[in-house]
Amino acid sequence: MTRELFEKNLRDMQEDVLIMGSMVEKAIQRSMDSLRTRDVKLSNAVVAEDIAINAKRYEIEEKCIHSIALQAPMAADLRVIVAILFISNELERMADHAEGIARINMMLGEGPLSGPIGDIMLMGTKSNDMLRRSLTAFVDRDVELARQICDDDDEIDNLYDSSYHSLIQDVIKTPQDVERITYLIWSCHNLERIADRVTNICERVIFMVTGQLEEINVSRY
Amino acid sequence: MTMIRATERPKAVTEDRLITDQHLPIDERITRIEDDSILEVSNFSAYYGKFRALHNVSFQIPEKKITALIGPSGCGKSTLLRCINRMNDLVPSFHGEGEVTFRGQDLYAKDVDPVEVRRRIGMVFQKPNPFPKSIYENIAFGPKVNGMNVNMPALVEDCLRRAALWDDVKDKLKQSGLALSGGQQQRLCIARALATQPEVILMDEPCSALDPIATLKIEDLMKELSKDFTIIIVTHNMQQAARVADYTAFLMMREDRAGELVEFSDTDKLFTMPKDKRTEDYITGRFG
Repeated sequence: MTRELFEKNLRDMQEDVLIMGSMVEKAIQRSMDSLRTRDVKLSNAVVAEDIAINAKRYEIEEKCIHSIALQAPMAADLRVIVAILFISNELERMADHAEGIARINMMLGEGPLSGPIGDIMLMGTKSNDMLRRSLTAFVDRDVELARQICDDDDEIDNLYDSSYHSLIQDVIKTPQDVERITYLIWSCHNLERIADRVTNICERVIFMVTGQLEEINVSRY
Repeated sequence: MTMIRATERPKAVTEDRLITDQHLPIDERITRIEDDSILEVSNFSAYYGKFRALHNVSFQIPEKKITALIGPSGCGKSTLLRCINRMNDLVPSFHGEGEVTFRGQDLYAKDVDPVEVRRRIGMVFQKPNPFPKSIYENIAFGPKVNGMNVNMPALVEDCLRRAALWDDVKDKLKQSGLALSGGQQQRLCIARALATQPEVILMDEPCSALDPIATLKIEDLMKELSKDFTIIIVTHNMQQAARVADYTAFLMMREDRAGELVEFSDTDKLFTMPKDKRTEDYITGRFG
């Protein structure tokens, strides 16, 4: 007895997580590109593509529920399915943050951006890199990598910290730009939340492998 | 009749201690059985003639809890269960090595009366097997045979109530037990087992002949009964073990076909984070 059908379902669900992960990665990348290049058309595309990400999340959730109901998974199998359920939810919320950044770009109006744009872009690049590695940790069942990624969240928190303070200074210097600067603070916050959600994914990877539920690195924000 | 010596009741595990335990990481939770066990199986091996059916089984059964024995067919679950109340004595070729102690007393000691053992440690079988007698007589039979001096109508009512059967049968106590549905017959058998006032109830796949509704009724009943009795259940249904048991023991056949205890722990631990690869393979359906 090897439960071939169930094992195939499990493999399919894990593949779905990777597909969804790459969709989210693309959404984050494109939302940052749209902000950097002030490309409203690209922002619109990110918003439109979020529908497909939401649908993927429901598809994964449905498969998980079916597997639980029909295959009564236990032990490691159950942990994998529970982890997939949580990870797909985190990915969906990360895509919402990416959509948020795209919408902010639309609200910012025309003209180049000022402020700590380099740091904001770096937050985007690093967060996306964390996401990519968290999915590698998921596939490889790599607890060490998952822990390391959680530690990397400190870098995002530091970048958020410095960007936030820099933007507050900008408000003081140019109060007439308060609305645009506030939008940028929102972008930073979205990126900080994306990185936090990556750490949640890592926590689920650790749970999947060890059965331990633990909060690895509590964000400062 | 030689009575089993009654020893001081061990300290019960308080709800507080159990609740506190749940905050700990699953690996650090302790299967605290040491100070509240009612039965202890130590290095027990069972033989049918030359064939060894059980190999060096050791574990403790906590009092007033439900313990499930799971494992593939032929791994010795039922043999182990039947060793606990010396039912295997009825098999001529059977002999056991090692110890099974009940409240500290060796059940296989020479001065122990197996009939008294079976009174204190009752049994419910796979297929409902009421006596071909009235519902009332089914309950009253054991106490009468055991010479118990009790208020019989009150005892019958109490047992039927405990077995959640009283409301179904109170108006037809003189009817044959065989006229009841399968689920009711099994509850009658449980009521019959309670009538001799046991401390432990052994159940050998008690729901395998029942439909899902009757099964759930028996499971609810087991939970209720575990407030007052220690229950040990053999089941092939892992979901049933997961639903009802506080502790679960996983047995498996060795290469020489003798059953051995692979793992024994809290049910939630065994089904979510088993320690032994063989347990993991079995409960995830990858055994064999």
